[in-house]
Amino acid sequence: MQVTLKVLRFDPARHKRPEWQTFQVEAEPTDRVLDLLHKVKEGQDGTLAFRRSCGHGICGSDAMLINGKNRLACKTLVKDLGSQIAVEPIRGLPVEKDLIVDMEPFFAAYRAVKPYLINDDPPPARERLQSPEERERFDQGTKCILCASCTTSCPVFWVNGAYLGPAAIVQAHRFLFDSRDRGKRERFRALGSGSGVWRCRTAYNCTEACPREIPVTQLIEEVKRAILFDRF
Amino acid sequence: MVIRHGVIVVGAGGAGLATALYAAKEGADVAVVTKLYPTRSHTGAAQGGIGAALGNVEEDHWEWHMFDTVKGGDYLTDQDAAEVFAKEVIEAVLELEHMGLPFDRLPNGRIAQRRFGGHTKDWGKAPVHRAAHAADRTGHMILQTLYQQCVKAGITFYNEFHVTDVILEDGVAKGLVAYELATGELHLFQAKAIVVASGGFGRIYKVTSNAYTLTGDLQAILYRKGLPLEDMEFYQFHPTGLFPLGILLTEGARGEGGILRNALGERFMERYAPTIKDLAPRDLVARAMYLEVREGRGVGPRKDHVLLDLTHLPPEVIEKKLPDITEFSRIYLGVDPLKEPVPVMPTAHYAMGGIPTTLWGEVIRDEKNTVVPGLYAAGEAACVSLHGANRLGTNSLGDLVVFGRRAGIHAARFAKDADFHELKPDHLGESRERIERLKNSTGKEKVAVLRAELQQSMMDHASVFRTGELLAKQVEVLKELMDRYRNVALQDKGEAYNTELVEALELGYLLEVSEALVHSALNRTESRGAHAREDYPERDDANWLKHTLAYKVEDGKVAFRYKPVVLGRFQPQARVY
Repeated sequence: MQVTLKVLRFDPARHKRPEWQTFQVEAEPTDRVLDLLHKVKEGQDGTLAFRRSCGHGICGSDAMLINGKNRLACKTLVKDLGSQIAVEPIRGLPVEKDLIVDMEPFFAAYRAVKPYLINDDPPPARERLQSPEERERFDQGTKCILCASCTTSCPVFWVNGAYLGPAAIVQAHRFLFDSRDRGKRERFRALGSGSGVWRCRTAYNCTEACPREIPVTQLIEEVKRAILFDRF
Repeated sequence: MVIRHGVIVVGAGGAGLATALYAAKEGADVAVVTKLYPTRSHTGAAQGGIGAALGNVEEDHWEWHMFDTVKGGDYLTDQDAAEVFAKEVIEAVLELEHMGLPFDRLPNGRIAQRRFGGHTKDWGKAPVHRAAHAADRTGHMILQTLYQQCVKAGITFYNEFHVTDVILEDGVAKGLVAYELATGELHLFQAKAIVVASGGFGRIYKVTSNAYTLTGDLQAILYRKGLPLEDMEFYQFHPTGLFPLGILLTEGARGEGGILRNALGERFMERYAPTIKDLAPRDLVARAMYLEVREGRGVGPRKDHVLLDLTHLPPEVIEKKLPDITEFSRIYLGVDPLKEPVPVMPTAHYAMGGIPTTLWGEVIRDEKNTVVPGLYAAGEAACVSLHGANRLGTNSLGDLVVFGRRAGIHAARFAKDADFHELKPDHLGESRERIERLKNSTGKEKVAVLRAELQQSMMDHASVFRTGELLAKQVEVLKELMDRYRNVALQDKGEAYNTELVEALELGYLLEVSEALVHSALNRTESRGAHAREDYPERDDANWLKHTLAYKVEDGKVAFRYKPVVLGRFQPQARVY
């Protein structure tokens, strides 16, 4: 089938602001949007720039706005979109070229929540024990691939780039609810601050955007509650 | 300006991050140079588990793991490496747990373990539960956990820096040149110790489980510089790639009870490995699948694949223990593994061969184990040789933590007592010239066209089964492709994020590692592990119980030297399962 692929192009050396460019691409219904981008790059315009690595939804490189929604290009099939497809960079992060954005602000928020197990007790000779139920408690957050789909779909983040954003809060959740972790108070400092979890307006965009089906809004609410109950 | 660090690690996958972490723990000033953003590396795609004789589910011993690894490698495994590995991987898994890795748990709170291909108890008598796992995203969890620890340790990362050269002078490693994707600038890096942990090169094949970015960059750069590549003929095809894309479906699916079936519905592995059937090592299963197809028992309109049947498993096992692969088959094929079997075929997966190293990750330059001071390698890019002629499932994740840790510790200690070497700014020249030549070329060849021809021809001539005739044909194909590569031209002449340029550089690397692989395969006139020569179907210990070291002489010409296999407690015997 013939697909009309519109791409929002931006090259700082050539453009003052982003502009749309349209390509006609021959595609199979089972092709991924990533395949279309490759077809354009290989056959029509070698200057088109986008990130990709694994190509099957695990590495998180190719999050982009596809027909108005944040998705991974490698996990979105043509048959689910039809013959008119538009792709743009994810929103709220500086665009470097075409579909490539600067990820540093995103990873700065990640680092701010101390995304690592905090437990200064000397580890036992064997593993620390954890029941299957304790393990299940934080399972959802461990699926996160740091693709930034959730954070860059959040209207609060668009308005206020200092907001930690859903992905960082999910990372915090993953450790807050890990029975082995002792870093609650340290994380609350960032999470409870002015740009922390209270900025969330429960818009649910993040949950809809997550390509890993993590209930992001729910996890954010659980973090809010953890902070609240900790105070009383 | 020259960027200086005591230890510089190339690559931010599991091996690179483990190396960086342990080097930092030794007190070194460590930096990681990676062509991706961290957490994008392909370790994240590893699914099924990390094998270690924890004995959490049933009795197990490191000696059994060592034996399985040696036998699985068809006795080309160096037994000193296998011993160090089988012992230290236990400690490594426990350390990962202490770092916060969310392994699945048993009711008693210990790390859960499942069965995997080639892992047995009592020296091959029956499958054993050895693979510690976190659902079917164990690699993802290892990558995330190691990156988390690197963040905690404050390790410096140079993200999206593409290494174009390693500076070797007077037999010593002195630094690196890297191309910054965001700006198009070339940078000179100075280090006392360099660790290459840049992963594999599955993109030489058309059907592969590997990321687009796995193009053998550093293997090719060192090979060009006159260093050898070891055992390149041994390239693993994973039996269960999602047909026809090649996306990996973990062997853990068979570990949980999944069965391979042909068009007649037969469990055909009963014929090829009567004792452990579908849990035979990967080389055996991949060949069995090809033979079924060849004998007309394949599935589908072209009878060109087989089926992985999970439908008899309890739905909660599939949903809980194999959620990702279930999703892959639903999304990419519209097949629900709960209700119908999944189409699969072998997919290019893992390089057993690579940059030869000692047990501490030191790169060696010859069959006498002469070390290149300051140069290290770990993970899939390296060849210790732990995997021999065929890697067992779960041993790649174990390899990258065990030997990443060793390389990191040794590199840090080496750097402590070493000085920086003087670097001349003209070291940028060779890389700049290569880049300018590509950008200014008026040739007519296209990267994508040459790459597709390479990938198809490697598939046709140098995959699961080989013959002298096919390999010789591929030698000619590669020569022609290398000639045409000189006439590759680019559309993108820009500086910022010139990903077309990067792909052109990567194509050069793909061609060179293919050259090393094909010549090595043509040279080895026997069948062993993943190297199945139809014209030499028997294993030939008298002549070939030795490692290949391939040296580039010029394009299309390769010289060989040989290194004895380190034997030990296990004498080579017939490999039956």
